Amino acid sequence: MAATLQFPANVSSFNNYNDAVPDWTQREVSTGTTIMAVEFDGGVVMGADSRTTTGAYIANRVTDKLTPIHERIFCCRSGSAADTQAIADAVTYQLGFHSIELDEAPLVQTAASLFKDMCYRYREELMAGIIVAGWDKRRGGQVYTVPVGGMMTRQPVSVGGSGSSYIYGYVDSNYKTGMSKEECLKFTAGALTLAMERDGSSGGVVRLAVISELGVERQVILGNQLQQFSTA
Amino acid sequence: MNEMSVNGEWRSSKVSTGTTIIAVRYDGGVVIGSDSRASMGEEYVSSRVINKVIQIHDKIFCCMAGSLADAQAVTNAVIHQLSFHSMQMDEPPLVQSAAAIMRSFCYTHRDELSAGFIVAGWDRKRGPQVFQVSLGGMIVEQEFTIGGSGSTYIYGYADAKFKPGMTREECLTFTTNALSLAMDRDNVSGGVVHLVIVTEKGAERQLIPGNKLPVLQRLA
Repeated sequence: MAATLQFPANVSSFNNYNDAVPDWTQREVSTGTTIMAVEFDGGVVMGADSRTTTGAYIANRVTDKLTPIHERIFCCRSGSAADTQAIADAVTYQLGFHSIELDEAPLVQTAASLFKDMCYRYREELMAGIIVAGWDKRRGGQVYTVPVGGMMTRQPVSVGGSGSSYIYGYVDSNYKTGMSKEECLKFTAGALTLAMERDGSSGGVVRLAVISELGVERQVILGNQLQQFSTA
Repeated sequence: MNEMSVNGEWRSSKVSTGTTIIAVRYDGGVVIGSDSRASMGEEYVSSRVINKVIQIHDKIFCCMAGSLADAQAVTNAVIHQLSFHSMQMDEPPLVQSAAAIMRSFCYTHRDELSAGFIVAGWDRKRGPQVFQVSLGGMIVEQEFTIGGSGSTYIYGYADAKFKPGMTREECLTFTTNALSLAMDRDNVSGGVVHLVIVTEKGAERQLIPGNKLPVLQRLA
């Protein structure tokens, strides 16, 4: 089990190993993370862990990575905390303006496109993996993924962040079309729990959000309330 | 698309078993499984049918991961040393002896080697056992273990699905499903599934061709 560490290409401080100062003084703040979103008939379920790291130090153990972009559109952020916050702020502004011009609620696809435009245009400077999800009147619940590099695609279920590698097998085998809201919540919480157990950069609590026509419901599952999986 | 990938970066890459390997212990034996792909770089499959589960003694097997050259060299050295040890002791070797010999090689040459192993089998003293001998020479005994590049994608699945006290059939299903999922996601794992079941009676090999693997994904 030689775990391959993935460091972003632009973190140049990696090689300046200095014993005299703590590790975190030389590292960028990163949401090394696990994020996930699932569509169901009537809305979406989004989930994320709550750990933000600077190197080996956990800068925030109760981070909220589920960021509102509009009333019924949220995004899950992974990668550099600074980059994703800046992009989310910019898109929130652009989408708000667009919504006022249109005089109606914006489409989830529009939000995703705005994210994609920014992530692609500045792909050399950014380190951001974003999942955009929400509900709109035209197409109901939708999940769009905008990974590092700036591609955008719609998927019924999407996982992201450093912890996502460990749960591809679990997600592939447990997802079925036509799940109810409760099944999606259990599926998401289970997947995030498993990833948080294995990924050093993910942990803390599980934050969940359900977005539907009725609005947004948020939940937190604390560390000691997470589902227990038996392992060797 | 840079020049290297157009002209074949794989030409200058070493052969690696980008791989998925797994071993599970049950009451009565062990089930060992692996995929069958050997890759050079990220793009070229140098062999689609290699066997990564090597018999190092009658009832002891090892799975290779990492650099194929290193893994083969270490495995051959271990087979030699283990057979000599077994002749000296005049009895079948213990699984933990095999794992210890493997570990000693990996640790002594840890700066030059780039290979990880799973050693599993059955012996009369402690029955079925599974050991993981990882890259730098750490050894740890586990109920089940996964390894290789494809294993990252099935940690969640394996943690969720494994329960202690499974039967032989449940272990076979667990192993085949896990390998299938990993092979679906990891581009350097693939081909067929090689399975070996080792019990007191001996070792039995099975092969599941690619088109007979379980399909677990319900997405497009």
